[in-house]
Amino acid sequence: MKLTREEVREVAYLSRIEMTDEELDRMTGQLGAILDYADMLNELDIEGVEPTSHVIPMKNVMREDVVKESCGVEKALMNAPDRFGDFFRVPKVIDEGEGH
Amino acid sequence: MKYEPVIGIEVHAQLKTDSKLFCGCSTGFAAAPNHHVCPVCLGLPGTLPVLNRKAIEYVVRTCIALECEVSPASRFARKNYYYPDLPKAYQISQYELPIGRNGKLTVRAGGKEKTIRIHRIHLEEDAGKLVHDASGGSCVDYNRTGIPLMEIVTEADVRSSEEAVAYLTSLRSILQYIGVCGANMEKGEMRCEPNISVRPVGAEEFGTKTEMKNLNSFRAVRLGVDFEIERQIDAIENGERIVQETRRWDEATQTTQTMRSKERAHDYRYFPDPDLVPVEVSASVLERIRAKAPELPEPRRVRFISQYGLPEYDAEVLTGTKAMADFFERAAAIHNDPKAVSNWIMTELMGCLNESGKTIDECLVTVEDFTALLGLMGKGVISARMGKDVFKDMFASGRPPAEIIKEKGLEQMNDEIAISEAVEKVIADNPGPAADFRAGKKQAAGFLVGQVMRLTGGKANPKIVGRIIEEKLLSE
Repeated sequence: MKLTREEVREVAYLSRIEMTDEELDRMTGQLGAILDYADMLNELDIEGVEPTSHVIPMKNVMREDVVKESCGVEKALMNAPDRFGDFFRVPKVIDEGEGH
Repeated sequence: MKYEPVIGIEVHAQLKTDSKLFCGCSTGFAAAPNHHVCPVCLGLPGTLPVLNRKAIEYVVRTCIALECEVSPASRFARKNYYYPDLPKAYQISQYELPIGRNGKLTVRAGGKEKTIRIHRIHLEEDAGKLVHDASGGSCVDYNRTGIPLMEIVTEADVRSSEEAVAYLTSLRSILQYIGVCGANMEKGEMRCEPNISVRPVGAEEFGTKTEMKNLNSFRAVRLGVDFEIERQIDAIENGERIVQETRRWDEATQTTQTMRSKERAHDYRYFPDPDLVPVEVSASVLERIRAKAPELPEPRRVRFISQYGLPEYDAEVLTGTKAMADFFERAAAIHNDPKAVSNWIMTELMGCLNESGKTIDECLVTVEDFTALLGLMGKGVISARMGKDVFKDMFASGRPPAEIIKEKGLEQMNDEIAISEAVEKVIADNPGPAADFRAGKKQAAGFLVGQVMRLTGGKANPKIVGRIIEEKLLSE
């Protein structure tokens, strides 16, 4: 499995990480090496083995539907880089539509 | 060429839990911005989501109502995307193992029955709300973040806007009946996104589809779907290519428009959420929820016809919402004349509700006062005509009927001696019409009854008045 520079650029874009050409080259090499390493697992025969999503055999960890006190708007906004009244303020975003 | 629309519908229904899906913050509607938030729903580091048991129960209840297979094991996945409405930069959703699959809902559209297959039902958390114009930047309110949403996806079985609306109406009614969702589209408790494509009639292959957003009422769904079908047919006839995209219904222009489309395709990189363990709905839990399942609208409609002898139309209207059907059944249990109860609900009660824009839940008239009014009319204490006025007062004030009747002096006059006196006076004052009646002109009675009613301020019992006029004039 060979990772391409274009794939790295795409993943960086999806994560909103800006990369210079030099960084892209370096990441293509490093990420590629990691993927090649993980690729060794493909040599195993896992026919009939359920994929593992959790290493601890637990299920149905739930809570009752009970309202708890929220943390308060001041605490919520305490570390916000910017605010407008009780809102978090972020740089203007173009409307791509809520609820993807 | 003739074209056929092919439509699939995605519905997001907000579940009626008290607390959010993964934390104890309130789901209350009218809070000030960022007052219902905590480190979990703000996605702060070091926090862990814990699943709300009731949300799972509500989804399972819906799966049962829509005849879905309930997966014995299901799990949550992260849907990754960067947008300020999502504080974690991923939404907890379900991907490979949704809770429900392969259900169906049979609806009636255009006088025909139509079965719409349900592809899947899954649980996810809502995102926050962006306000774009308050301050030059974008303002974010995370109160809605983490509120449980149930996504219900149909197969592409819908063939017209009429079927789409019939499906949504029926789905709304079911969600309200089973008590899992308020399902008010205007309030955003139920959001609907149809996928629409068209193809030549007889073709096997699907056309390119578009997805539509911002449909906030049944009316908007009907208009929006019809518009989009026409738009696509026109484009194809003009030799244009349909672009797969998301389009927004614009209420002002009654058209759909391309939403600022992304230059790259969505790539959500789903993977199982390691913070949440799998959910197992055992056979015994499933049975427990099934045993508690309430009667659904369709069986209830059929029962209203057989048990109460109501016409089809009455049964359909009354079972439209659970609250209305409950009101009817409680009233019919007290006032033993189901058709009269039905008539008064459908004309007076629903008339007042429509006029005031209220729902039955907000109605001040209790079942007890409602049936008391029917009883008073049945006993002749007030006329049906007066009853309508009394009901309007009850609806506005919430007062019991007896109090209103007493205060306004509306009791019907049944006193035969008093009525006789009034009749005698009217006959004496109107010799012409009285003579006409004696001569066999039955129509003259109407005029004389009207005069007696006027003389008694509308209170005389018109049946008694009619009888006495006849007795007096014909016995002479």
